[in-house]
Amino acid sequence: MTTIPMEPQQEERLRAAFDATVARHDRIEPRDWMPDAYRGTLVRQIAQHAHSEIIGMQPEGEWIGRAPSLRRKAILLAKVQDEAGHGLYLYSACETLGVSRAELTDLLLGGRQKYSSIFNYPTLSYADVGTIGWLVDGAAICNQVPLCRTSYGPYGRAMIRICKEESFHQRQGYELLMTMMRGTGEQRAMVQESVDRFWWPVLMMFGPPDAHSPNSERSMAWGIKRNSNDDLRQKFVDMTVPQAEALGVTLPDPELRWNEERGHHDFGEPDWEEFAAVIRGDGPCNAQRLAHRRAAHEEGAWVREAATAFAAATAQEGAR
Amino acid sequence: MSDEHGSVFDGLLGGDDSAQWAFGTGFEDPLAGVDTTTPGGVDPAELAAYCLMLGDDALIMSQRLSEWCSRAPDLEEDIALANIALDLLGQARLLLTRAAAADPDVLPRLPEGSPVPPEDALAFFRDERRFRNVWLAEVAGGDFAHVVVRLLLFSVARLALLERLRTSRDQVLAAVAGKGVKEVTYHRDWAGRWFLTLARGTGESRRRLLAALDALWPLQAETVAAHPLERALARAGVGVDPASAREEVDAVLGQVFAVSGVARPEPAQPSGIGGRTGRDGVHTEDLGRLLAEMQAVARAHPGGRW
Amino acid sequence: MSADRREWPLYEVFVRGKRGLNHVHVGSLHAPDDAMALRHARDVYTRRNEGVSIWVVRADAITASSPDEKDPLFAPNGDKIYRHPTFYEIPDDVPHM
Repeated sequence: MTTIPMEPQQEERLRAAFDATVARHDRIEPRDWMPDAYRGTLVRQIAQHAHSEIIGMQPEGEWIGRAPSLRRKAILLAKVQDEAGHGLYLYSACETLGVSRAELTDLLLGGRQKYSSIFNYPTLSYADVGTIGWLVDGAAICNQVPLCRTSYGPYGRAMIRICKEESFHQRQGYELLMTMMRGTGEQRAMVQESVDRFWWPVLMMFGPPDAHSPNSERSMAWGIKRNSNDDLRQKFVDMTVPQAEALGVTLPDPELRWNEERGHHDFGEPDWEEFAAVIRGDGPCNAQRLAHRRAAHEEGAWVREAATAFAAATAQEGAR
Repeated sequence: MSDEHGSVFDGLLGGDDSAQWAFGTGFEDPLAGVDTTTPGGVDPAELAAYCLMLGDDALIMSQRLSEWCSRAPDLEEDIALANIALDLLGQARLLLTRAAAADPDVLPRLPEGSPVPPEDALAFFRDERRFRNVWLAEVAGGDFAHVVVRLLLFSVARLALLERLRTSRDQVLAAVAGKGVKEVTYHRDWAGRWFLTLARGTGESRRRLLAALDALWPLQAETVAAHPLERALARAGVGVDPASAREEVDAVLGQVFAVSGVARPEPAQPSGIGGRTGRDGVHTEDLGRLLAEMQAVARAHPGGRW
Repeated sequence: MSADRREWPLYEVFVRGKRGLNHVHVGSLHAPDDAMALRHARDVYTRRNEGVSIWVVRADAITASSPDEKDPLFAPNGDKIYRHPTFYEIPDDVPHM
């Protein structure tokens, strides 16, 4: 969307009104004036979030066909379906900023917009379905709950809807792991192995340390982002430790311990080089995830065209 | 506001607030208050076999539909197909459970003390030859036109059958049918609408639609062919003779073909080998592959809890 | 706003959560035409059986006030709270309110 050039005075007035709205924690709505950089940051963040939901369907979708009970199959299918819904809500929020879903899809498939690095890891056992629910969705909730109060109205409203559904996602995952821990020794080992594999990539989901997060500060000033990466990571670790104890699994971090003085857990540093590699496109499943999405999009083109042609033809008949 | 949304963490380690759990995952019992005794004068083994026919149709169809998850032409259709798959999965669970309750002998043998519930024993530990679904549900998928045609043929027949099953003397079957009619009405509507859209959309969509119809039409006859067991249960006032629904099925399909400008294919002979069909446990090669995937994890952990 | 020809038009969705309530805007979606939009709305926005009534309307058919006009259009009534129905507390058992 292009902004019509205007008098510097007028722009100053609009900017002051925008700043005041953000400062009093009120919401910016689609037709309000907003700085181009604010719009750009929002588009980038919401689109990345939407892409994450859509790509995130794949690692779990992998197991719908093999779910080991009919109840689990129903839960998993409903969950992956929710993710399609979440992607759709978020693309809609993004569209209020003047970018179409088709454009965003092109940006994703062209590798010019990112999605959460966690989905570039494979799912190797059914326990991963539980771990993704418990840890990945748990981390996502930590990131997302504050976003319900984000300064851009449509984004915040989408997030409220999403967070309500995410709580089901996290709980189904934890419940699956609890049930498996009550099962056979093999199942318990499967759960532990899965948690070991996902723990560090999950901690990376909060993004690089604050000192190395170039966009964070401005996003926070604008009320787009409401907590720093490190704060959220700490909150997640503190929340997860007692859950892991209740479950009977260990978290694979020798440095993890309660720090009485800080009132928080101390924990080790994720491998940020691995994080950078995955972001760069060199994770275990980057190519596979994009290829899957691209194939679905391309194989669906003739269907979308047919529906458009049919709608045009019937509209014409109606007008005649 | 923050407190309100902070509450998503509450109760993670216990409690029973299921208000936000997804629709269709089976946490509500649609059979609450329904009389579950087997009606008099009905052979329990026959009732169980009949429930397997209807239940396996739904289960295998659901498995095929769920293959579309994350692969549909757009997000909206991805969600629609998952809804349909979930509806059918829900029907399958009730019917398999009913089969096991009517005649426990129908259950495959599992180790002593196995925690596997009856519906899962039937879905995951039963061999291919004991599945009683029609071929239409099991054949491997194709493009979007293929799923549209398959679902149209399937849901037109299933809806006509479920409508009649609502008055079954078996209270469970009647309740399952009552719930299923609402769901399958929507499935038929979805498929009919897309059939029309593809038939009159573009040259390519029409070509693909006709190809799918060519491929699947020979399997349609089985959906309205009466198996001796279905006839016997229809006489007992428990089941439905598919032949009694045939006229309606023909009429509905005729309407869809007419508005779509598609010539009605010649009547086909029911599929099968030597007169034996899916209802008798004789299947296509595709079912074996489908079950190999579907049952893999469950069979690797026969003592597992999920 | 760029009208992408490859893309189905955008629809806005309104759902009446239960009888007696207004339709409320719940979000948007893409569909080739009105009938399909209604179908999609049912699938996307009432997966949990939330709605008993759905409206869909093409986004480009909506005429909206612009924020710049906010003052002249809305200000006169802003201080007249009695114009707002929620000002009045009506007991639940009074019909037709």
